[in-house]
Amino acid sequence: MSILLNKSTKVIVQGVTGSEGTFHTASMMEYGTKIVAGVTPGKGGTVYSGKNGMLFKKAIPVFDTMEQAISATGATASIIFVPPPVAADAILESIDAGIGLIVCISEGIPTADMVKVAAALKNSKSRLIGPNCPGIITPGEAKLGIMPGFIHKPGRVGVVSRSGTLTYEAVKQLTDLGIGQSTCMGIGGDPIIGTQFIDAIKLYNEDYKTDAILMIGEIGGNAEETAAEYIQKYVKKPVIGFIAGKTAPPGRRMGHAGAIISGGKGTADEKFKALADAGIHIAESPADIGKKVAEALATAPRRRHVALRGGRMGKIRAKKLKS
Amino acid sequence: MKIHEYQAKELLRRFNVPTLQGRAAFAAEEAGKICWEEFESKGITTVVVKAQVHAGGRGKGIIHDIATGAQIELFGKPLRGVTVLSGENLSDKVYQLAKAMLGNKLVTIQTGAAGCIVHRLFIEQGCAIEKEFYAGIVLDRQSSKNTVMVSTEGGVEIEKVAAETPGKILKESIDPLAGFQAFQAKRLAFGLGLNGNAYKSFVPFIMKLTQAYTDLDCSLLEINPLVLTTDGEFIALDAKMNFDDNALYRHPEYEELHDDSEEDPLEVEAAKFDLNYIKLDGNVGCMVNGAGLAMATMDLIKLSGGSPANFLDVGGGADVERIANAFRIMMSDVNVKAVLINIFGGIVRCDKVADGIVQALNQVKVNVPVIVRLDGTNAIEAVETLRNSGMEFKIATNFEDAARKVAETVAA
Repeated sequence: MSILLNKSTKVIVQGVTGSEGTFHTASMMEYGTKIVAGVTPGKGGTVYSGKNGMLFKKAIPVFDTMEQAISATGATASIIFVPPPVAADAILESIDAGIGLIVCISEGIPTADMVKVAAALKNSKSRLIGPNCPGIITPGEAKLGIMPGFIHKPGRVGVVSRSGTLTYEAVKQLTDLGIGQSTCMGIGGDPIIGTQFIDAIKLYNEDYKTDAILMIGEIGGNAEETAAEYIQKYVKKPVIGFIAGKTAPPGRRMGHAGAIISGGKGTADEKFKALADAGIHIAESPADIGKKVAEALATAPRRRHVALRGGRMGKIRAKKLKS
Repeated sequence: MKIHEYQAKELLRRFNVPTLQGRAAFAAEEAGKICWEEFESKGITTVVVKAQVHAGGRGKGIIHDIATGAQIELFGKPLRGVTVLSGENLSDKVYQLAKAMLGNKLVTIQTGAAGCIVHRLFIEQGCAIEKEFYAGIVLDRQSSKNTVMVSTEGGVEIEKVAAETPGKILKESIDPLAGFQAFQAKRLAFGLGLNGNAYKSFVPFIMKLTQAYTDLDCSLLEINPLVLTTDGEFIALDAKMNFDDNALYRHPEYEELHDDSEEDPLEVEAAKFDLNYIKLDGNVGCMVNGAGLAMATMDLIKLSGGSPANFLDVGGGADVERIANAFRIMMSDVNVKAVLINIFGGIVRCDKVADGIVQALNQVKVNVPVIVRLDGTNAIEAVETLRNSGMEFKIATNFEDAARKVAETVAA
């Protein structure tokens, strides 16, 4: 199962004909993602298969609106590659069209626009990942994002992170140690994001294909603390955590719009403490993330949750494990 | 983006938020002249001279001599960043005070010992204060809504109030669709215990303030203190306004409000090349792609016994020019004793980055050890390029190895 995305998920690319959209659509198709359509207002009715040497495995129809694209293809997910001034509108259009999963890669959306998006998401059927994020990948099946596919390996650790390249770093450490991933999700570095740590952790906790959860946080806000409280109460799987920005000065925006210590709040020390207090395995050094996951997996009661879970799939799974 | 108090007040006046009369001065003569024209000649006998720097805590901060570092005294007491003057020969006093402040440095609780140099002053009319309050508007990340906060504890650090007496901060969130409503302003007013004229003045004040926050794309708007005058009027005595950097594209007029002298010269230089650089006090420079990895790399340097000299995210398109500029900026920092390059190639190819590093080092003289860690797409070819360059790199195979090499270099 993994979470949110697999090889049969039908995907629409918003902003498919732009250079970013084209490049990453080709790469996502290459990885195995089932891309069924693109949306570029004004280019509806055409068929697109890439440009400038970035060619798609398969040509896809282009529509003017999300509504048309969904009704023609039955897609359940979309990914957005449009410039920041129009990105919030693209998200709102997707929410209005009632699509289940929206991944927004665009970086630099004004906070005021995202306040409106957050309000629209509340009473909708849609889940948003991002913005300002690398997206989501279910290794060996499909990717809905801009991450390099080859560093991933199918497996049983769920990864959730606010960062891009730091997530790749952590994933590579896991893969180098032979530890695969069920799904990896970058939730984005902005102050307002659609899917928070706590949401991703809930999903991994309920996913029987995920045995352990790796969360990579950073300074700013208190989403890590909120997630830690939840983990302490509800998560029996081992959770491993790292927080970036121990050496970041207060009051400065560290690249990500949301990575700022303001009024002495949102420091790495506070977050590390909240994680440790919740019984989460801590990687003190970013170079030791993979090792800490390996240690946590070695000491954890092996897949007890599978037997506890019940249900047909759970039982089959448990049986398989015994044999 | 941060702006000065006097600039914020100018913007607030457009929204009819009450402020006191005042003008900015860039030189001592100008300060004296403003005081005469605006105040003394009109019979006003009290003015306030306020250092215009982006750091807070100015009222308690003390001016230090730029050359000797000694505290400056004027009229028999330490000269503070915000000083009230009154009585005879007011313009002359303002002139003397401005002369003592301008070009010297203000050290406040927020600036650290280094302080910041005062280049601009704001000369403002004095007022009779009945009571000081606090008003602030900021994004609440948890609810994804902007929140209006007020408190009876004005003129002190709001973080202190939040930590010690959180019950004294009243909050109302701004509905993203309907906006801030009058009943919410009234609820805040009653919460503060206001009545009569004070109540009547407060409600429109906070409504207008909220309007300004929204229309100007602020990320922070703080009035501390918000004062109630003896006439029963609410006035913004101070104003701290930050803009959302992501929204700057729709406010081209903000460019004029930018004050480069408030930033580190290296950061100003880096911004010209679209490099995300923040100067720190350490001895190991670092160049990284991606903000999260850049922070993690700084942390790793610290764990390895060094201290990061900067935050530097070169971004995705790490071409020769970007890398050369990044090197130039890093090497302008005299404290840098070693450089760590940490690139995780996803979309960006490591071999291209390696080419860029080699070419950049042909352009920029670097005489400290350079540790390079390139991983991800085409990492093997990249290492080849570095090895064949004839330059001396310390090549790290992974993050852990990079840490070790930093530790060795720092210890040597």
